[in-house]
Amino acid sequence: MSAAASEVAPTAGIGPPLWLLAELTYRCPLHCVFCYNPVDFARDETELSTDDWLRVLGEARALGAVQCGFSGGEPLQRDDLEILVAEARRLGYYTNLLTSGIGLNEERIARLKQAGLDHIQLSFQDSTREVNDFLSSTRTFDLKRKAAALIKAHGYPMVMNCVIHRMNIDHIDRIIELAVELDAEYLELANTQFYSWAHINRDHLLPTREQLQRAEAATNRWREQLGTRMKIFFVVPDYYETRPKKCMNGWGNVFLTIIPDGTALPCHTARMLPGLEFPNVRDISVRDIWYSSEGFNRYRGTGWMKEPCRSCPEREKDLGGCRCQAYMLANDPAMADPVCDKSPHHGVIVDIVEKAQAPRVEAEAKPLVFRNSKESKELARPF
Amino acid sequence: MNAQMIIASDSVPRIGHGFRLQWEEAQQAHVLLYPEGMVKLNGSAGEILTRCNGTAPVGAIVADLEQRFATTGLEADVLAFLSMAQERRWVEFA
Repeated sequence: MSAAASEVAPTAGIGPPLWLLAELTYRCPLHCVFCYNPVDFARDETELSTDDWLRVLGEARALGAVQCGFSGGEPLQRDDLEILVAEARRLGYYTNLLTSGIGLNEERIARLKQAGLDHIQLSFQDSTREVNDFLSSTRTFDLKRKAAALIKAHGYPMVMNCVIHRMNIDHIDRIIELAVELDAEYLELANTQFYSWAHINRDHLLPTREQLQRAEAATNRWREQLGTRMKIFFVVPDYYETRPKKCMNGWGNVFLTIIPDGTALPCHTARMLPGLEFPNVRDISVRDIWYSSEGFNRYRGTGWMKEPCRSCPEREKDLGGCRCQAYMLANDPAMADPVCDKSPHHGVIVDIVEKAQAPRVEAEAKPLVFRNSKESKELARPF
Repeated sequence: MNAQMIIASDSVPRIGHGFRLQWEEAQQAHVLLYPEGMVKLNGSAGEILTRCNGTAPVGAIVADLEQRFATTGLEADVLAFLSMAQERRWVEFA
């Protein structure tokens, strides 16, 4: 193969991308109020072609990427999904489909199985039809249950995901019961993090401290009861932490996200950051994107840090947290993530959290904003 | 919840449902892939798991490893590893 000659040792100190997240489309039949797609997702609807994606899959695999997630939007909206899955599987990726289940029918799942798809993660918005359908602004609860049955019938491990927030966190027992009923092997209870649409709807979504504690206690009871039958992940919202997460396991460290128009990002929300150009797979190779582009190098490692991160003994542990959160809350992506209580901006988080402890007065609250193209075009902003 | 199964020398392990074992050139290691995750295996874990093919019983796997590495007395280590691997669903028994 002619490419072999270029497979020389990459830039010292930078490991390969191990995870390729292919966000195939921003089209989605759901309108979830906590969606992490950029608020201005509708500004550019030019999606990569099948051939572009096939090339990207090959280039990223050659660098060492081995986990491949097909996501969106709703990836089932792309009718070439089976072609992409088959190529990814052929290349040796472990192929994951992250879906709402809408559009998954007997014929489609059989084709995906045939293509070699390894795993399907199915999202629910709640354990009840009423809340699920309200939060996604659709009638999809029954469709999701059908999708869950199809996933099981085709011998896939069942990985259920439910985004948790103020409006459904008190249903945690019933959500876990639903997972038991669907015979899920894994359950991800992902507390909303406040980016994009969730950022707009934050007042509605941020739970109280007490809600969070109850939910965690309930989760632990179920873990004890279920043992190895089901693995439950419970992701605490950053706002209730005093140290930031090691966002994306480090900027440009493991994760490579390609969004529908071909822009390559170190994380799916990074395009919001000001003063930073992100490369596009239409223009340059995945190798150059990963190792040489300014977009991927800017916040790698610790060299970019300001105080208090620069001299912090924990700087290698969390790498300063999330650049988007620093930008959104401290107006500078090179600041410490304000989640950290050493950040001079931590007070912003404290205020937001304190405000969330009060009962929400319906009349005072802004209306929920549902994710759709119309709102996206009207709002016309990244977060 | 299942009680921990006793692993006998005629038990036949295979890679767990939903898991895939493969050699990764970029990492110079065997890895175990599963939904949205990966374990990079050390040398001995890789040697054991590549032999968990759904046909070889534990006794034969131990013998094969002992021959390959010209040593004896590996059984306890292999059993301990397989027990841990079973708990994590990396392997299951036919």
